[in-house]
Amino acid sequence: MYRYDEFDHQFVRERTAQFRDQADRRLKGELTEEEFRPLRLMNGLYLQLHAYMLRVAIPYGTLSSRQMRKLAYIAEKWDRGYGHFTTRQNIQYNWIKLEDTADILAALAEVEMHAIQTSGNCIRNVTTDHWAGAAADEISDPRPVGELLRQWSSLHPEFSYLPRKFKIAVTGAPNDRAAVKVHDIGLRLHKNDAGKIGWEVIVGGGQGRTPMIGVTVRDFLPENELVAYIEAIMRVYNLYGRRDNKYKARIKILVHEIGAEKFKSEVETEYARHPQQTTEVEEKELARIAAYFAPPQFEKLSRFAPAFEDAKLKHPEFARWTRNNLAAHKVDGYTIVNISLKPEGGIPGDATADQMRLMADLAERCSNDELRVSHPQNIILPHVKKDDVYSIWQQLGPAGLATANYGLAGDIIACPGMDYCALATARSIPISQAISRKFADLDVQEKIGPVKINISGCINACGHHHVGHIGILGLDKKGEEFYQITLGGSSTESASIGSILGPGFAGHEVADAIEKILETYVKLRQPGEEFLYAYRRLGPNPFKEALYATA
Amino acid sequence: MSTIEKGQVMTANRLRDGEVVFLTRAGTWNEKIDEAAMALEPQATAALTARAAEDEKATVVTGAYLFDAERIDGRVRAIHMRERIRTLGPTVRRDLGKQAEGTAGAFAFQEN
Repeated sequence: MYRYDEFDHQFVRERTAQFRDQADRRLKGELTEEEFRPLRLMNGLYLQLHAYMLRVAIPYGTLSSRQMRKLAYIAEKWDRGYGHFTTRQNIQYNWIKLEDTADILAALAEVEMHAIQTSGNCIRNVTTDHWAGAAADEISDPRPVGELLRQWSSLHPEFSYLPRKFKIAVTGAPNDRAAVKVHDIGLRLHKNDAGKIGWEVIVGGGQGRTPMIGVTVRDFLPENELVAYIEAIMRVYNLYGRRDNKYKARIKILVHEIGAEKFKSEVETEYARHPQQTTEVEEKELARIAAYFAPPQFEKLSRFAPAFEDAKLKHPEFARWTRNNLAAHKVDGYTIVNISLKPEGGIPGDATADQMRLMADLAERCSNDELRVSHPQNIILPHVKKDDVYSIWQQLGPAGLATANYGLAGDIIACPGMDYCALATARSIPISQAISRKFADLDVQEKIGPVKINISGCINACGHHHVGHIGILGLDKKGEEFYQITLGGSSTESASIGSILGPGFAGHEVADAIEKILETYVKLRQPGEEFLYAYRRLGPNPFKEALYATA
Repeated sequence: MSTIEKGQVMTANRLRDGEVVFLTRAGTWNEKIDEAAMALEPQATAALTARAAEDEKATVVTGAYLFDAERIDGRVRAIHMRERIRTLGPTVRRDLGKQAEGTAGAFAFQEN
């Protein structure tokens, strides 16, 4: 993992001291609210429904055990004993006091963390594949580039006041788990015919009120040119991006309005101007950073782990959990453990301080001291020996962390919705809980197979409903919450935006509607055909009939 | 017989800790919606707005706004779900917020 150098430490400490002074001045009345508001937002402190909310950045979703323990400590000391892991691979605390915030930021700084650029019209936390550095299908770990971009974009004077917020996602694997096609910039590492590694650069994807799939502006960008090329994209956006209308200010609108070809040619013109003559500095820096992400010292193990296989035979529930919650590791004898934060009837992404500490302990003992936060709001232990898996499962169970539903109907992505969020138009969590209870039977979930259900409590789409196989959007209709269902979305390499199926539903009707959709799918699918592919083959009509024909 | 009055209540978050508060008749801010002053006509609304603006300028509250409410037999209830959630706490965590701290309004959530 990356470790701060002296400059990083000094920078974050100074920033914390600066915020302490700003908050003091506000509390004494020396700063007006108008003056203070942008300053607190620059440090991730929002005002939400019940209190202040602090959003802490977890760069590319990677945490050490020590960092996870500090997050638990903060939850206990300054919040209500829990935190919410978000679809941006960050964590949010819901009950923060302004007068405590500087102390919290100081505690974060001790473990090389902060809340800078988790708000505002700047480049936000760079997100990536939560299996980075571990996945069997990976070409190269994307996190060094994530860190390079983090350092380059942190307080970058030219890109601190963009037309709107800006999100970059990076994947180093062909199976896209980072949703790169629905980010402002998506980067996909791939090999060309000559066997060289380079980036596909995708621009102008996004969700929110205007969902769009990004367009490829470069098929194959040599690795060393990445920062200079992104700079060219950012300059074109900074110059031409709209600032007159907040809803038309994201780069996706610019790409759409001037057209992909014109946008590409603007970027290429800017890039050809080449204000920066060489890429030597970036190359050196990337090499320095990459050393921190050197793979752990893996043991030479057999692919077949007898004790692990034996435990599966003896314990069917363990076997089920391994079937659903493990993923293929690149090294024989190792596996990726996906810990579901979606217990039956639970709140997606929430973890208590005790749960955080347990996961930290397990990571320290069994996963090279590393954890990952995934955008589907789960926690991952990336490097686990197969022989340790049974013991891990036994410890997760009593803590409510052994739900065997990873990637299934119960593994629902949901934003905080109107239970917490000031922007929400409807609640998300109760809908998620109702669906989760409806499909509580894991046999049923396994029979249905992989399906992504995503819920957002407003059009801003933090729950990524546009790219859920089944998306649910909560809206307000004359003071009442109601929910629109979309089908056919996907955030992977074959990304698509879901289509609205028909008229919306009241909250208490949603879980039944989802059940009907999935029953229809099970009835009509071909052997082995997952929900998304069945929908793409069948189209919306059978699902419409099932939902609306008898109504 | 219940008497129902409809009007507007001024709410904000307390500056130092973010707690949801309501403007009272005495011009102070209280954590309980039942203590809130309810403006029934434009003059009263204007008075609440002026007071809130002053307290935002000072170091008392932040994010002040008016919302629609009704008073039933002396107890105040928000019309919209969003505001009800603010007067009680999250519907999904009944152990948290005003509903758990003895500062909730009289009208709790109804179970579905």
